[in-house]
Amino acid sequence: MIKFTIDGLEVQAEEGTTILDTCRFYGIDIPTLCHDEGLTAYGGCRLCVVEIGEGPSAKLVTSCTYPATEGLKVRTHSRRVVKARRVVIELMLARCSSSKTIQDLASKYDVHKVRFKLKNENCILCGLCVRICEEQMMAGAIGFVDRGKGMKISTPFDIKSDVCRTCGACMYICPACNARCQGPNEGSATCGSCVTMTPTCLDHYDDAQCFMSETSCGTCVREDPKKKV
Amino acid sequence: MKLKNAEELRKLRESIKKESSKGKKLITVCSGTGCRAYGCEDLISAFKQEVEKSGLKNEVEVKATGCPGFCERGNIVVIYPEGIFYQRVKKSHVPDILKKTVVGKQLIDELLFLDEETGKKVTYEKDVPFYKKQMRLLLGANALIDPTKIEDYIALGGYSALGKVLSGMKPDEVIAEVKAAGLRGRGGAGFPTGMKWEITRKAKGDQKFVVVNADEGDPGAFMDRSLLEGNPHSILEGLMIGAYAIGASRGFVYVRNEYPLAVQNVIIATEEARKHGLLGKNILGSDFSFDIDIVRGAGAFVCGEETALMASIEGRRGVPRQRPPFPSDSGILGKPTNINNVETWANVPLIIEKGSGWYSKIGTKGSKGTKIFSLVGKINNTGLVEVPMGVTLSDIVFGIGGGIPKGKELKAIQIGGPSGGCIPKSQANVPIDYDELKKLGGMMGSGGLVVMDEDTCMVDVAKYFLEFLLEESCGKCTTCRDGIERMLEIVTRITEGKGTMEDIDTLNELAEVVRDASMCGLGQTSPNPVLSTLRYFKDEYMAHIKDKKCPGKVCKALITYTILDDKCTGCGACKQRCPQGAISGDKKKPHKIDPKKCIRCDVCYTTCKFHAIKKE
Amino acid sequence: MDKEPMITADKVAPVIDKVIAKYGGDRKMLISILFDVQHEFKYLPKEALEYLSKKMKVPLIDLYSIATFYKAYSLTPKGKHQLTVCLGTACHVRGALGVLEEIERQLDVRPGGTTKDKEFSLSTVACLGCCAMGPIVVMDDVYHGQVTPTAVKGLLAGVSKKAAGSQAKAGA
Repeated sequence: MIKFTIDGLEVQAEEGTTILDTCRFYGIDIPTLCHDEGLTAYGGCRLCVVEIGEGPSAKLVTSCTYPATEGLKVRTHSRRVVKARRVVIELMLARCSSSKTIQDLASKYDVHKVRFKLKNENCILCGLCVRICEEQMMAGAIGFVDRGKGMKISTPFDIKSDVCRTCGACMYICPACNARCQGPNEGSATCGSCVTMTPTCLDHYDDAQCFMSETSCGTCVREDPKKKV
Repeated sequence: MKLKNAEELRKLRESIKKESSKGKKLITVCSGTGCRAYGCEDLISAFKQEVEKSGLKNEVEVKATGCPGFCERGNIVVIYPEGIFYQRVKKSHVPDILKKTVVGKQLIDELLFLDEETGKKVTYEKDVPFYKKQMRLLLGANALIDPTKIEDYIALGGYSALGKVLSGMKPDEVIAEVKAAGLRGRGGAGFPTGMKWEITRKAKGDQKFVVVNADEGDPGAFMDRSLLEGNPHSILEGLMIGAYAIGASRGFVYVRNEYPLAVQNVIIATEEARKHGLLGKNILGSDFSFDIDIVRGAGAFVCGEETALMASIEGRRGVPRQRPPFPSDSGILGKPTNINNVETWANVPLIIEKGSGWYSKIGTKGSKGTKIFSLVGKINNTGLVEVPMGVTLSDIVFGIGGGIPKGKELKAIQIGGPSGGCIPKSQANVPIDYDELKKLGGMMGSGGLVVMDEDTCMVDVAKYFLEFLLEESCGKCTTCRDGIERMLEIVTRITEGKGTMEDIDTLNELAEVVRDASMCGLGQTSPNPVLSTLRYFKDEYMAHIKDKKCPGKVCKALITYTILDDKCTGCGACKQRCPQGAISGDKKKPHKIDPKKCIRCDVCYTTCKFHAIKKE
Repeated sequence: MDKEPMITADKVAPVIDKVIAKYGGDRKMLISILFDVQHEFKYLPKEALEYLSKKMKVPLIDLYSIATFYKAYSLTPKGKHQLTVCLGTACHVRGALGVLEEIERQLDVRPGGTTKDKEFSLSTVACLGCCAMGPIVVMDDVYHGQVTPTAVKGLLAGVSKKAAGSQAKAGA
């Protein structure tokens, strides 16, 4: 067993596991987006960063890819970490504000303002669809195309793929399209309707609906929820 | 003929030297890529033809050599044995050079270098101030060898270091020497080379690899190009010695595709080495077997990063991966791999030949040996400069570089490429040293030194680097891909006069997170150009934001072009060239530019021979 | 406008078989394999990638992903003449952008594209390592130095006269 510390707590982990695995085991909350337990780790979204080490050599690494290491000192909510998480969420919102998953993250981490021009893309480039298509569905019909700013996920030559079996796994796992957010107000990029609009879902329910349900709750649309009941 | 041992190598060297000293005169012409733009290939044929025509084939040899680095004065011709130095040579000069100088022993004054300081002409290569103030341990050989001929390299003492290693040094002794010499990686980060070799040697693996990183991607840097084109054997020898020390059986030279001549010359060099038994099984009669593959890059700056480079060698997208595991433990195909920069490898034969004691006397306490810089931009003597560590940036720019052209003022020296920073004029006395440069927010980098003058806009420089990095980002990390894009949006707005003070705060916050949360060196250092220009040139940012002015007169939205009535002769040249038809005026009368139509393309400015166009 | 010769599966097969054989079918050598294929066809045709995928048993998406990642490959046919403008830092501070814009205006083409008459393909590169003679424009493997926006017209006209190994033009 590998012994190290997370937020001062002494933890033990098995060889070959990651910091994220260990956090999950101990119930320490780390937000993720491009991670899925059934797929290989990617480390691209940067949401799960944690701070390791001490002093001037302390640095941020993605907990989903960093191996559990003997004697490592991990901090999951340091100033650098929380600052990074919030800016990452802001960047994601600026790219894809219609994703409920990202709107929920914004609500949870208190991101109210997006200082960048909205791109209104549908893809967050997390690569989950690519990995599920290759690793679980054994099809390999889609992949990353181009690089940098113009990078996208598509089939070869953007035409219908011979090896695609239309299984829908890519749509199932996509955090941007499996739950759409209907909340973003005009002129703002964040939803947060559950707390900023009147009436909010808490006027009708005991619990906020946003990050408890996997599916669209519908209460944060601009109609009076009373009408639905 | 395969050399069976170090003694045979020594004998071959003696016989080559004997052959070449048979009283022949030697005309060397630089044939690097830079001089090809000056037509050196035609020049070399012209010399060969003239020699043939004059019946001097047995007395005069014409040699196409590697790049000696004085690119500003190309084409460069040096005549031996005297060492007469001719610059800016054209095809039309060939008959005279042969007749007057080679045969007649007379100098052609117009081709001699003029020393601006003394006002006198310089005759010999060794006296040219540009070279004299350098310590050309690595570049010096370039001017003397034909890179396609292994005999030239051997004649100069090449491969004797390999011979020394294979006939009596243990791998650990070689590593100890490199450690004691204090060699640090010349690719930019400056990691101690001997330590890296030691870690790779100790790593467990049934096969090990060594790699030459010749993916010199920093724009404005061409040191590695010159070394690889001009003296490929020096790098191969270093690689062989390293492979022996680490226990590697296979090596790769990863050359960027944009250097076709370097690719060609290194392939020729490996073939020549193989012919002589310096690559292959049981080299020089030892137990050491080693061979090299040449791999071409395919147009991706990010492949200069170790893990991306390895992915590329494995035939995949050049996307970096997390470290640990480090390449020394698990690299290409999961085997221990040692990657070093071209210049790092080129230093190795020197260290072995002359000893770590000699080498460690050169440089500063923390940075030993010499460093090659490519001195480019707004500078009089553009070219390659090799100096001992510890020399200051000012020494290089003014002492060797000859200062700024057209009497302009120095504004900044950009060092370290897109990962580096801009050192302002006020800090130019910083010594060349890995740690000193880091303190100023810069970085040694691979050696690109871009000199900027009063006509450079530092905000535009930050924009330029962000555009470059966005294009080259592999696209994996949100912080790098989206972070750089958003920093670029903000800086672009500032150059358009639409920036606000909040933008500076956002820029700083973004920069911090991009640096902290990106995975690889490209993303982590991408904020550096912005951060260093903000640190030293905040006033320029303020001018753009508050006054809506561009002090460097570069940002199109903030400058206007006007024609000066008292200078304009009414020749109409600018009117003819203007792509927007924005210039009006009658012949021989002062013309006018319509600011509403003007797109600031600069065509009129570069066309006007009377300095009648003002930019402000 | 010339008609492009049709590229069909049977046309690509012999070429690609030869390239694969040269590298022993080693998947690691994909970067070089794609270079050789591009050298034969002057770009990477869809049919070539499809055949390569089948023969080497590498998923087509992997080949496409690699071909679009590296900027040295082109998936569209190139023009008769290749124009490359260097946008390295040294060339940039000497006004390379102005030269590029003038070329774009004269030929009505953007970097990465080909002119309508298929005469010119334009591309940019971050640095060619010839910083002393910047701004540099490479036309069909011939390097031209110290190019100014004013000199562009003459440079393009010189193509038909095939100015080989030209000397550096006197700079501004």
